[in-house]
Amino acid sequence: MPTETLFRRLQLADKYVQIEFEGTPLTVPADVSLAAALLTHDLGATRESAINGRPGAAYCMMGVCFECLVEVDGQANCQACLIQVVEGMRVRRQRGARDLLIGGQGDE
Amino acid sequence: MSDPVVDLIIIGAGPAGISAALEASAHGLEVVLLDEQGSPGGQIWRNVAQADTRTRQVLGSDYSAGQPLVEALLASNVRYQPNAAVWQVTEERCVHFLLDGKARVLQGRQLLIATGAMERPMPIPGWTLPGVMTAGAGQILLKSAALVPQGPVILAGCGPLLYLLAVQYLRAGIGIEALVDTSERRDVFKHSRQLRQALAGWRDLLKGLSLLATLKRAGVKHYRAARNLRVEGGRRAEALCFDSDGRAQKVWASLILLHQGVAPNIQISQSLRADHDWNEQQLCWVARRDSWGETSLPGIFIAGDGGAIGGANVAATQGRLAALAIAHRLQKIDACRLQALSKPWLQMLGRQSAARPLIDALYRPLAQNRIPHDDTIVCRCEEVSAGTIRGYVELGCLGPNQTKAFGRCGMGPCQGRQCGLSVTEIIAEHRNVSPAQVGYYRIRPPLKPITLAQLASERELETSTSSTPERSLS
Repeated sequence: MPTETLFRRLQLADKYVQIEFEGTPLTVPADVSLAAALLTHDLGATRESAINGRPGAAYCMMGVCFECLVEVDGQANCQACLIQVVEGMRVRRQRGARDLLIGGQGDE
Repeated sequence: MSDPVVDLIIIGAGPAGISAALEASAHGLEVVLLDEQGSPGGQIWRNVAQADTRTRQVLGSDYSAGQPLVEALLASNVRYQPNAAVWQVTEERCVHFLLDGKARVLQGRQLLIATGAMERPMPIPGWTLPGVMTAGAGQILLKSAALVPQGPVILAGCGPLLYLLAVQYLRAGIGIEALVDTSERRDVFKHSRQLRQALAGWRDLLKGLSLLATLKRAGVKHYRAARNLRVEGGRRAEALCFDSDGRAQKVWASLILLHQGVAPNIQISQSLRADHDWNEQQLCWVARRDSWGETSLPGIFIAGDGGAIGGANVAATQGRLAALAIAHRLQKIDACRLQALSKPWLQMLGRQSAARPLIDALYRPLAQNRIPHDDTIVCRCEEVSAGTIRGYVELGCLGPNQTKAFGRCGMGPCQGRQCGLSVTEIIAEHRNVSPAQVGYYRIRPPLKPITLAQLASERELETSTSSTPERSLS
């Protein structure tokens, strides 16, 4: 049975960074989008639909479909295909809809 | 502070946007070019300035062809602004956008929308499973991250991009489990009317044929006229099932890349309420434009695939023509010079467009992959199936806007980008009327997610030219 990791680098990247996905450390190529970085590991679904929990993962890679939504450093609903991966990023699956931020708890 | 109103705002730094920016700048216009990506090139030349030699070799000459234009842009007077996500455009040519999370606004005397195409949705059973992506996504991963499939991969659907990606994977040494082609055998002569016209664009035709020949030589398993495509899997894609050669087929793969052509990205022009028409040849909405690219809204132009699908070369030429018309409008060139300068571009546009009707006919996506069976999910955000939408029609729903009230269809974060075309066609078929009668979603800002805090802190973009513009490339 082949591995379930979907993508690999054509050749080694010049630089790699460490991020965390659901608490697990991952080494990923630097200078790529977060969605691309996540695709180099066997993670399966990276979100659960807000409607019925359906497993979802990056689909269009160009900011159209919003299937690649993840939580980055506590910020919900980030489009992983539109943000660059950064050393130390803490990434979690987007589970359902984001919480409403009441009383200025939002840090954006 | 300089004048907060600039001569020309261009949205999108692909072939059309870059060409228009260079042309307009050459005639003395102050141009601001806003782009969502971090570096210029659009989807076709994505990352071309940074891609390594190996990636360029895999992607081929049409990709590297973008580099001179990208370099010319970065060396020009054009104020190029990467990482700008446009969330609202007004009829008065006010462009609101997010820049590094901060809301900015800019006013233009003229506006050019060059936002290109997006992939046509291909709603087949199982297309929402992790492991199913678009062929365009596969190519973006190759261009921007030098990523290639690690396990078994299937390419399924129709259109030139599907063959191109297959050849690029071959060059990268990637084996393809199967090319599952929904188009018929290469019956070019069936379309004799288009063929005669297309001969003027013979280079484009040869390109397509040579891609197919390469795939054949490499021994890629090529299923033709595939029907009833269905992705199987539990929590991720495991296999693609389909009928071909009169038999039920099943091919195992962890990655399934779907593609059935591209359609104009019309979010901005629709949100502006510019006039649009249903194009039956390209099965999509196209903004009504004059021969320079001006929409029904004065001072707002569209160039490239965001208007109608024509490909990168057509886009670049349309960008030049729109820029010339805009330079004339702002009295930088007189009517005589406009005519002289645009003549060669108009002739080139004729040649570049010649093969398009044949390409549209050859790769027309199948009805069953546009208007799926009842149990297939159409609106991925709100999980609405084709059957549910037909149910709405039976309850009196006449068009896409009403599906929102019936069941939130098209109201998720993608704002109908993924399901819009499918919803229009499903309703039209079920009502037995044309898509033109059914219409499209009423698109409203914000076109991109924006927080209230960002909105509250919006201010004008600093347009002073005394400081060096920020650029992602050095």
